Amino acid sequence: MTPMVDLFALLLTFFMLTTSFRPQEAAVIDSPSSISEKQAPDFNLMTIFIDKEGKVFFNIDNGMDTSTHYRTEILKKMAERYSMTFTDKEYDLFGRLSSFGMPLKDLREWINTKDSKDRDKLQVGMPMDSTDNQLGYWILYSRIVNPQAEVAIKGDADAHYTVVKKVMDLLQDNKVNKFNLITNMQKEEVGIKDLPPEQ
Amino acid sequence: MAQIQTEEKAVKKGSKKKRAKKHPTEIDMTPMVDLMCLLITFFMLTTAFSKPKVMVITMPEKDNKEQKEQPKISEVRTLNILLSGKDEVFYYTGQAAPGKPMPRIVQSDFSKDGIRKMLLDRNRELFKKIAEYRDKRLTGQIVVADSTFDETIKEMKKEDQKGPIVLIKADTAARYKDIVNIIDEMAICNIASYAVVDIAQVEEMMLNAYKAGAPLTEFPRIVVKVQQ
Repeated sequence: MTPMVDLFALLLTFFMLTTSFRPQEAAVIDSPSSISEKQAPDFNLMTIFIDKEGKVFFNIDNGMDTSTHYRTEILKKMAERYSMTFTDKEYDLFGRLSSFGMPLKDLREWINTKDSKDRDKLQVGMPMDSTDNQLGYWILYSRIVNPQAEVAIKGDADAHYTVVKKVMDLLQDNKVNKFNLITNMQKEEVGIKDLPPEQ
Repeated sequence: MAQIQTEEKAVKKGSKKKRAKKHPTEIDMTPMVDLMCLLITFFMLTTAFSKPKVMVITMPEKDNKEQKEQPKISEVRTLNILLSGKDEVFYYTGQAAPGKPMPRIVQSDFSKDGIRKMLLDRNRELFKKIAEYRDKRLTGQIVVADSTFDETIKEMKKEDQKGPIVLIKADTAARYKDIVNIIDEMAICNIASYAVVDIAQVEEMMLNAYKAGAPLTEFPRIVVKVQQ
């Protein structure tokens, strides 16, 4: 039994050192499934979430390692555009959070809220209509700060296609023409035997 | 279970009390192992091991400035797939244009016998070619690297002249799931060329007429929506 306990100790140490908590996502999204086996890139990825009701959330990671603080840079640009100021502490906190979707004026409150449940309540959805196209600016500045970032869209299966199309149009306006749609994997084996008989 | 034993202490000379002979103390390690099992399971579940899978789609460049002439494509090969509402898929062959007889809309679904059967039938040659190549690789008759395999399949699709050219159009009632499903079918059936385009007004009218039970037989009068 001693070797088993040794192994447990080893496994435990391994997991303790390699674990990284999954970032809390803004909303519960049930992706559709497809046969695609390609994997999403781990970093340099901009993700746009679309939930069942058509609310849109945005996320961008900090790059390959801790030396590039993309999120902070992007927030600085947004703050400049919308004439808002954030303290250094707020920039720091923002750099460590994950996906968000709310008008920029409410972002400060979101950053400063300590409790994650209260934070989730503030996630009302990113404005992206033509009068207040904040999502467009987030995408634009993300592309300026990190030109290598790829775009992933994580949409709920029951989301209206019109919202998805709007997001894709917004991305195409920013010269992004290649999208990664996040899906669950579902295997479908279709071979020659499945060909319908010739008529 | 693993045991820890303590040595019996020798009776010291001169000590008043005479130490009774102690049983070697055993520490039961079972709770500790239980806790380790629990912690391992916890870490296994919270660790970000599974990376999400993606489906890559590429859209043509959106050109707002000028309405480019649609490139002429063979009408016989054109297959228009219309998505409207949850799990509803319709298709018609050819083009709906004034002066020509209206193409017939067929309703299908996403099951194996639905749209997939139709696509396999239309794309028979190319599908057979790619499936045979894939099987040869799986059984080991041909040995190629992954990148060569992908490149060859791309070439086969580019050279294909007989398969359908699919135009996927979705109206306002369509769900995201339907678009993902239809693009997935494109991949499953090895369709060489497909594109997601905007739905035309005449097609919306065709769908409405079909759903109302009276499919259109001739090109309808289009009311031009004026942008103000």
